[in-house]
Amino acid sequence: MTPELIAALEAAKREGRPVVAATKLPTGEQFLLPDPAAPSDVNEAARMALRADESSTQKLESGEWFLHVYNPKPRIVVVGAVHIAQALVPVASQVGWAVTVVDPRRSFATDERFPNVTVSTDWPDEAMDKLRPDVRTAVVTLTHDPKLDDPALDRALKSPAFYIGALGSRRTHAARLGRLRELGHTDEAMARIHGPVGLNIEAVTAAEIALSIMAQIVAAHRGAPLGQANKKKLPS
Amino acid sequence: MSLQEPDDILSIAAAWRKAGEDVAIATVTETWGSSPRPPGSQMAVTKSGKMAGSVSGGCIEGAVADIAKQTMATGVPQLMDFGITNERAWEVGLACGGKLKVFVEKLA
Repeated sequence: MTPELIAALEAAKREGRPVVAATKLPTGEQFLLPDPAAPSDVNEAARMALRADESSTQKLESGEWFLHVYNPKPRIVVVGAVHIAQALVPVASQVGWAVTVVDPRRSFATDERFPNVTVSTDWPDEAMDKLRPDVRTAVVTLTHDPKLDDPALDRALKSPAFYIGALGSRRTHAARLGRLRELGHTDEAMARIHGPVGLNIEAVTAAEIALSIMAQIVAAHRGAPLGQANKKKLPS
Repeated sequence: MSLQEPDDILSIAAAWRKAGEDVAIATVTETWGSSPRPPGSQMAVTKSGKMAGSVSGGCIEGAVADIAKQTMATGVPQLMDFGITNERAWEVGLACGGKLKVFVEKLA
């Protein structure tokens, strides 16, 4: 390991570029992949490892390699710079997620309320168009206000986001599904939405609700059964 | 102290090295059974005794730090096996019954 390799890793992290640090075992020869100077079988194995998002030792024709995967942090887009968001953001950051808070109401979305986090004051649909949620992005709406939540959920449903959650009671959620149906979303597509949001741990306080949401997002990210959206028949 | 990502451990190691310390880095490369930390988990150790990160639930960190000191002295990397079938690991108490491989290298 050299300081140069660590500096290159830090640069990739800053630029949000996925890379693999490959170490030949047991000699310690190293490459930061992709690198045309490295054996082609290692480059190919690194590409697969990035896709699986899993570090592992692999026996290849060119030798035995430890492939250390460095994918950019998974993201959470939080719509609504509300009290629960203030509790959710530090939890998410601590667990290792990159967080963006979206709220066009400037009195809510201040740097003072959300230090060290990206805050967007764009309207939610415009913000979502810029943020482009991908398969490693979770979207959570917390405003309770259809004017703000609905456009965000509409865009989230049109994206490959791996998790969509919406705060609100069962009754609120049923009304929300009715409005989204009018926007052309099918019941099957809307089953992706976790609503009411979060694991049922009888959460009461903002911090407890934040914990239940974060636990559900981690469960979905790791493929645990607890993280699956509610597939029960919804009231129409 | 907050939890650190693997790449943060490397940043800490690089900062220590820049400050003139001898530094070794230990990385979990393979696990079997109930090992608590996945492949890629890292720990940095200095000759002066500073430590950051972890490679297990605290079971083998002491043994890894000893190996790291050898690696700092010789410059030769080592690939170590820890597990219940391993006499050495039994001594240091990998009580979970898991097995893992740890690669220890010097930071140039």
